[in-house]
Amino acid sequence: MSVESQPEPLVELTNVNFAYDRRPILTGINMKIPRGKVVAIMGISGGGKTTTLRLIGGQLKASSGQVTVGGQDVAGLDSGGLYRLRRRMGMLFQFGALFTDMSVYENVAFQMREHTDLPDDMIHDLVMMKLEAVGLRGVAHLMPSELSGGMARRVALARAIALDPMLMMYDEPFAGLDPISLSIIGDLIRSLNDALGASSIIVTHDVQESMKIVDYIYFVSEGKIVAEGTVDDIRNSDAPYVHQFVWGEADGPVAFHYPSRTYGEEIHTVAGHA
Amino acid sequence: MPERIADALRWLGKRVNDRLWRLGFASRFFVMTLLYSGTAMRRFFLTVREIYFTGVLSLIIILVSGLFVGMVLGLQGYDTLQRYGSSEALGVLVALSLVRELGPVVAALLFASRAGSAITAEIGLMKATEQLSAMEMMAVNPIARVVAPRFWAGVISMPMLAALFSAMGVFGGYLVGVQLIGVDEGSFWSQMQASVDFREDVMNGVIKSFVFGVIVSWIAVFEGYDAEPTAEGVSGATTRTVVTSSLAILAADFILTALMFRGA
Repeated sequence: MSVESQPEPLVELTNVNFAYDRRPILTGINMKIPRGKVVAIMGISGGGKTTTLRLIGGQLKASSGQVTVGGQDVAGLDSGGLYRLRRRMGMLFQFGALFTDMSVYENVAFQMREHTDLPDDMIHDLVMMKLEAVGLRGVAHLMPSELSGGMARRVALARAIALDPMLMMYDEPFAGLDPISLSIIGDLIRSLNDALGASSIIVTHDVQESMKIVDYIYFVSEGKIVAEGTVDDIRNSDAPYVHQFVWGEADGPVAFHYPSRTYGEEIHTVAGHA
Repeated sequence: MPERIADALRWLGKRVNDRLWRLGFASRFFVMTLLYSGTAMRRFFLTVREIYFTGVLSLIIILVSGLFVGMVLGLQGYDTLQRYGSSEALGVLVALSLVRELGPVVAALLFASRAGSAITAEIGLMKATEQLSAMEMMAVNPIARVVAPRFWAGVISMPMLAALFSAMGVFGGYLVGVQLIGVDEGSFWSQMQASVDFREDVMNGVIKSFVFGVIVSWIAVFEGYDAEPTAEGVSGATTRTVVTSSLAILAADFILTALMFRGA
């Protein structure tokens, strides 16, 4: 199944360029996130993956090109419009970003209290429903500091789906988790996506875990899309970068050595100084 | 040589430029905080919660310091006054020093180091741990939800803390002057009552402490919000809050005193 055959994707990036000051971070990005699918954006750290998420969430504006979500041009929205759009998005931050001064219950209830006038007993039922979905109803009364890393991530996930978003974004959801938490989070991402009828974008460098759950993969390197395809396409790809990344080889198009003078020159210079 | 001068000028220009830019940014931030204060007022329990953290938890240090400052004033004041045979004016001296100057200024300095630094560190760490970004992505404005309640809590707490500081100070002066040294109790209180003017002295003190409250709270929330999202950045911002607000309090105190008491 190719992405092109999908009607009207939920998120579309067309010829997007982005630069901090004058340093280019993303160049000529074209991406489509079809409705109902889970799409991964992979690549090494510092390659522009998180920037892509921030462009979709409207936290950054593209230098040129267009980012549309649900048919709306994100850069063209005023702050009211952007906030309305964000109410239909959920985002899971790398380390959960739970509010440390609120209990688990209040964290999950946060958006309901901020954006709705629901009575307390209904909020209670909704919070329990969301916590049940991530298997953590039992920790509702705890503070975030009392949770393990994996549990904090799951609570953050329950908070992100609090208002049943149409688009879920995950920033490195697998980073720093033990193998059990890792597969729990992976399964939850897939099952919640399907249960909510949402679309999901996962920014990750965890190849093996994400390949189990995603429908489509974009590889981003040095701000460009260097490969894309379904899981099988990627696994069988013989493009050098993809091969190095998927199989975790130390050297390849992404060099082991940081650019520098040659080793011989370096030794020679130091010897000359001595 | 000319190149060196050019370099020095360039460096100076850049520093001045950076400072001005930051001041402009801080001013815009202040206006934004005021504009987005609706939530802090409408859902006043958010502000009340912060008043607890900034005001109530500062009580111990404020009350104890007030007591000691007052006791020292009692000792020093008596020592000087009795040379001129007017030791019964001790009450006036203690009360005026506290209400006009020491209450607002020392309470504000203590408030900056106790509560201001805590506000900066808290907001800075919320930024470093992406809690502010998370809030934005949940379509909640962090200035309205996090910054404004803390700002107003500081502004509301400060005059009350300064008043308590002065009250404790007067009590400290009474303890030392009347109970310990033996100044006449009747003249201690009656001279104080006769000489301290409500509008001239008390109200001006309240105005001062309100202004200091605005200054400290503004600096504290701004430094936190503008902190580099790293451990080093947050610690630097906390230090800047204490240093900048202390200097700003003293400068503002001079200006306010000059405006309030000229010719008086």
